[in-house]
Amino acid sequence: MKIIVPVKRVIDANVRVRVKSDQTGVETANVKMAINPFCEIAVEQAVRCKEAGQAKEIVVVTVGPSLCQDILRTALAMGADRAILIETEPALQPLAIAKLLKALAEKEAPQMIIMGKQAIDDDNNQTGQMLSALLGWPQATFASRMELGADRVTVTREIDGGLETLSLQLPAVITVDLRLNEPRYVKLPNIMQAKKKPLAIMKPVDLGVTLPAGVKVLKVVEPPKRSAGVKVADVAELVQKLKHEAKVI
Amino acid sequence: MIILVIAEHDNHAIKNATLNTITAATQLGGEVSLLIAGKNCQAVATSAAAISGVARVLHADADQYEHHLAEELTPLVMSLTAGVSHILAPASTFGKNLLPRVAALLDVNAISDITKVESADTFVRPIYAGNALATVQSNDPVKIITVRATAFAACSTTGGSATIEAVKATDPIGISTYVSSELSKTERPELTTARIVISGGRGFGSAENFKLLEPLADKLHAAIGASRAAVDAGFMPNDYQVGQTGKIVAPELYIAVGISGAIQHLAGMKESKVIVAVNKDAEAPIFEVADYGLVADLFKFIPEFSAALDQK
Repeated sequence: MKIIVPVKRVIDANVRVRVKSDQTGVETANVKMAINPFCEIAVEQAVRCKEAGQAKEIVVVTVGPSLCQDILRTALAMGADRAILIETEPALQPLAIAKLLKALAEKEAPQMIIMGKQAIDDDNNQTGQMLSALLGWPQATFASRMELGADRVTVTREIDGGLETLSLQLPAVITVDLRLNEPRYVKLPNIMQAKKKPLAIMKPVDLGVTLPAGVKVLKVVEPPKRSAGVKVADVAELVQKLKHEAKVI
Repeated sequence: MIILVIAEHDNHAIKNATLNTITAATQLGGEVSLLIAGKNCQAVATSAAAISGVARVLHADADQYEHHLAEELTPLVMSLTAGVSHILAPASTFGKNLLPRVAALLDVNAISDITKVESADTFVRPIYAGNALATVQSNDPVKIITVRATAFAACSTTGGSATIEAVKATDPIGISTYVSSELSKTERPELTTARIVISGGRGFGSAENFKLLEPLADKLHAAIGASRAAVDAGFMPNDYQVGQTGKIVAPELYIAVGISGAIQHLAGMKESKVIVAVNKDAEAPIFEVADYGLVADLFKFIPEFSAALDQK
């Protein structure tokens, strides 16, 4: 079985983002970047499938500028076999990315595409569902457990009311949630080995994809600040404030 | 202009987030149609007809819609797009699962999790876990939108008199099947729409200790929430998680007990009207967003607070 894992390069989750003063977006110059945490969980899951003998080849792919090769190397160090960069100008939106991934999936013919449920920059949570729709494949979003069979995959999803388990025909698209696994720590020898693994670069035109227009971002601003309130001395004062000042109980 | 709202329901009753979504729909200026798709969900359609602001209820009933699988609902929604300018659903796991699939097949973009309607084509949505707000404009012929329920008031469930139209079911797709679900059963209000939420964090130390919150929640008619740390530690199930990767809440009163206030948690609750933080660490970041902070050990705080609530 071949698994494709699409990944995204985002501002590191531990960095406090700053909105640009011209309101065109957030500051990314000289900011630490990393593989999107949900994508990392997707790579880990694919690697575990391979280690369990269920998958033969893992192909990681990202869409973006040349700089994004760093996260492909991270994924290769985690255990992916080869990488593909679909080189584009920055900031493609989910529909465009889904179209590129669809074209790639038709070429590569994987049995499964595992990806993050959302990227922590734009928080869209769309690309996996769009890709699955364009391919006409089933989808399981918010996956927290996965069991791979011969021609089906059983996935438990974290939904608002609890958990839901679905059985999908393969090929399928799975988008992963936090609790699916704990990604491994990459060791230095793996990083060295990853440098020798194949990384192909292609352009949207190589895949025959015309990129659709996205939604227009008019401005990006900081949310209104919430200021710290007061410290109360004890429970009695707290209850008094909640009753008579805030009037919420 | 027809605005199609996809109702979230469990074949028995409509989910509250649908009501907030209808409010957002009415701000777009158009006629609101509400799709109720499920199995044996006639009662839901009947009660939905009384929701204020809804002009038409579209009722689709078939076996394949029972579990609201995106693969089955997508062709149904596609069959109902004639004259439709906007398609909206709550930004819940239901709406987020379904609408991007519809958008891709309509060859349009989707706009996730809007918190404000500026005009019929311009919306505000949080990005970077709410650390920035983007104003976005769509030129697509159909705008596909998921709505953050806590950012819009709920519309009234009475006063409307919508027509109910039966909609022809689309052919079953059959590529995915429902196996089972484990839903949390609770008599308490729904987390995302409760007036008061009381959440616990890692400070509780165990699932057993977390139960201390229950009588307090009942006294306050509050929903119980949990931080990601508490969920990851197995103290509470995932659907109790408040935060960027869990549920976004904005109650009138949010009480954070034993929660340090990681950015990821703050993203899920900082729009609450009044925030109370109780933590034994006076330097905990949660105090930076709290209206009322109390430095205290939670195991002392809970019984004292509970007793104080009893004294009228």
